[in-house]
Amino acid sequence: MSNMKDMTGEQIRKKYLRDGMLPTIFCNGCGHGLSIDYVLWAIEELELDIDKVSFASGIGCSSRIPGYMNADGLHTTHGRALAFATGLKAALPENDVIVFTGDGDCTGIGGNHFIHAARRNIDMTVILLNNYIYGMTGGQLAPTAPKNSISTTSPYGNIEHAFNISELAVALGAAYVARWPVSYPYQPIKSIKEGIQKKGFSLIELMSPCPTAFGRRNKLGKIDALWDWYDNNAILVEDYDRIMNFGSEEEKAGIQGKYKIGVFQNLEKPGFIAEYAKLVNRVTAADDAKFGGDL
Amino acid sequence: MTNERDPVRIRRVLGNKVQFIQGDMAVAYGGLLAGCSFFGGYPITPASEVAEGMARLLPRVKGTFIQMEDEIAGIASTIGAAWGGAKSMTATSGPGFSLMMENYGYAIMTETPCVIANVQRTGPSTGQPTLGAQGDMMQVRWGSHGDMEAIALCPSTVQECLDMTIECFNLAEKYRHPVCLMTDGEIGHLREKVVIPDEDEMELFERVLATIDKDKFIPFSESQTRDSKVPDFPTFGSGYHTYVTGLTHNDKGFPATDKQPDHERLILRLISKITDDREKLTSVEEIELDDAEVAFVSFGASARPCESAVWEARKKGMKVGMLRLKTVWPFPRDVVTQLSKKVKKIIVVEMNLGQIYHVVKEFAVKDCEVILAPKVGGDMHLPHELMEYLEVSN
Ligand SMILES: Cc1ncc(C[n+]2csc(CCOP(=O)(O)OP(=O)(O)O)c2C)c(N)n1
Ligand code: SF4
Repeated sequence: MSNMKDMTGEQIRKKYLRDGMLPTIFCNGCGHGLSIDYVLWAIEELELDIDKVSFASGIGCSSRIPGYMNADGLHTTHGRALAFATGLKAALPENDVIVFTGDGDCTGIGGNHFIHAARRNIDMTVILLNNYIYGMTGGQLAPTAPKNSISTTSPYGNIEHAFNISELAVALGAAYVARWPVSYPYQPIKSIKEGIQKKGFSLIELMSPCPTAFGRRNKLGKIDALWDWYDNNAILVEDYDRIMNFGSEEEKAGIQGKYKIGVFQNLEKPGFIAEYAKLVNRVTAADDAKFGGDL
Repeated sequence: MTNERDPVRIRRVLGNKVQFIQGDMAVAYGGLLAGCSFFGGYPITPASEVAEGMARLLPRVKGTFIQMEDEIAGIASTIGAAWGGAKSMTATSGPGFSLMMENYGYAIMTETPCVIANVQRTGPSTGQPTLGAQGDMMQVRWGSHGDMEAIALCPSTVQECLDMTIECFNLAEKYRHPVCLMTDGEIGHLREKVVIPDEDEMELFERVLATIDKDKFIPFSESQTRDSKVPDFPTFGSGYHTYVTGLTHNDKGFPATDKQPDHERLILRLISKITDDREKLTSVEEIELDDAEVAFVSFGASARPCESAVWEARKKGMKVGMLRLKTVWPFPRDVVTQLSKKVKKIIVVEMNLGQIYHVVKEFAVKDCEVILAPKVGGDMHLPHELMEYLEVSN
């Protein structure tokens, strides 16, 4: 394995990013850009052949990321990335498929594809950039939006309940599920590496500040303050569980409404591709026995 | 799992050369023969038998069948598989076809070869699930938003379901376009004799893969290796690092969303790569047209009672013929114009309230009267009903 210290961020970007597509479309202070670095570090450290990595995405600011990668990328329709990626993976099982998606893309319009890709345990790594808002279209209500938050389509405050995407993925039996604030540099890389190596469906949910559409409207302050808000509102799942089990009432009250972060699920179970290959072997072996093995 | 076509396994799985099967099953057979290695779809009457056939057949040739969560995912996975190097298809009927429209446009915009079989039923909405119709003939042409061209074939027999599915794959590969087999509930559920073509009785057009230097390759422009408006195909995983987007893109594939000339150039190429070949794509059957004064124009299931009416009329000494459109889109304009110069009257027979009728009218010369013989509700036209149109004519 190459050592992270061997390369600078600059070098890694030069190695993997596409000429002619930069600068990115991202606003100042947007969290999405960092996830590019994290995925590149993961690819570098795993020593993957970039020709054998396929990216896919839906529509949204987050979904623009495959365009910046000097690799194959399928920028699909809003919400449908996981369905496209399912076919891509089936046709190209030896490739690693990495999907970039947003909270709106993946769990708003694309919720059905998300639950089924996770349920089928399709071998892919989903990097979900959750900014709790529809960024690209100018700040409309997302299914992840916190209660009472303001968006252009919930101008008087959001009265709905938010999706907890990682918990949903855990319930669906996804093989690997982790959530980190995008401001944490190391844990996301580690999780992305684990996700890529995992057989089956892995979700890495990155909490990504959107100062333009979310922070501004919700009076979360300037860019720095917004990034702090994400960090201050996160609690490691281990700490959360410890406090809920052994903490004082005061401590328990203090962590309500915080976002749990960490690795929520890490299972060994066969992915769809392995299961399908088994089925193919079974039926073709039966045919070979019946018709004679010589093709 | 492989995208390699394996003729020995295909033949084993299909079995006897002559069979008595349903139209839907013949579509599955055609797909297998063409080398389809991926099917993603969702059950819907009267198209479910295509998926069921593929579910049984594909694993035995090491292809992939997945029942997706809905038709949007069905076509999405089909397109994804195409970029992974598979010949891929999906099948559906009206409600599912409606759901597919956004990604149908995506396949057109991204020049993705794939096949969609639409076993039409009546609509709008849930309509009559088990009954045939031809109500999606304009949807296939115009159903996705924006400017586009369509390629659509209409089988009238179970044999044609098989043969035309192979042809759909060939055209999809040749033009890098989602090609639609517009069959219907009548043909889909009809059982007839089919003869499975041997290897040397079939012609398969294989995707032209990108071969030139990776740093010289231009993914979304005229071919760099042939005289063709269709670019060579850079399968994912082959090292070309292609960015595929439904956004308006320049010839490198990069988004170019704010300049009029970029969009116009792209769309005109996507359309003209098909319309330039309109004549080559035209496939029609002419029955008793040499001396005809009145001609039926029909396609798909409705061409069957039409043909009966022609023979009935001929027995009575009436000079009646028929033009059957096997390719409906791109529309065989010239054939229709020529016909309209020859006959006094054209009767367009279709199982809807008038769709292809309007196109025939557009391309018929003014002196030729064009009338519509519509029928909706799931019953086919009866030959004697069509005779009545002739009797009014004379
Ligand atoms: C079918 C369809 N509906 C709506 C849109 C408009 N649209 C584009 S991006 C987007 C929201 C994206 O939000 P999210 O996935 O959270 O990504 P972000 O921009 O916040 O990163 C919407 C509604 C579209 N492109 N397609
Ligand atoms: S709108 Fe929000 S999500 Fe989109 S680029 Fe700007 S900050 Fe990022």
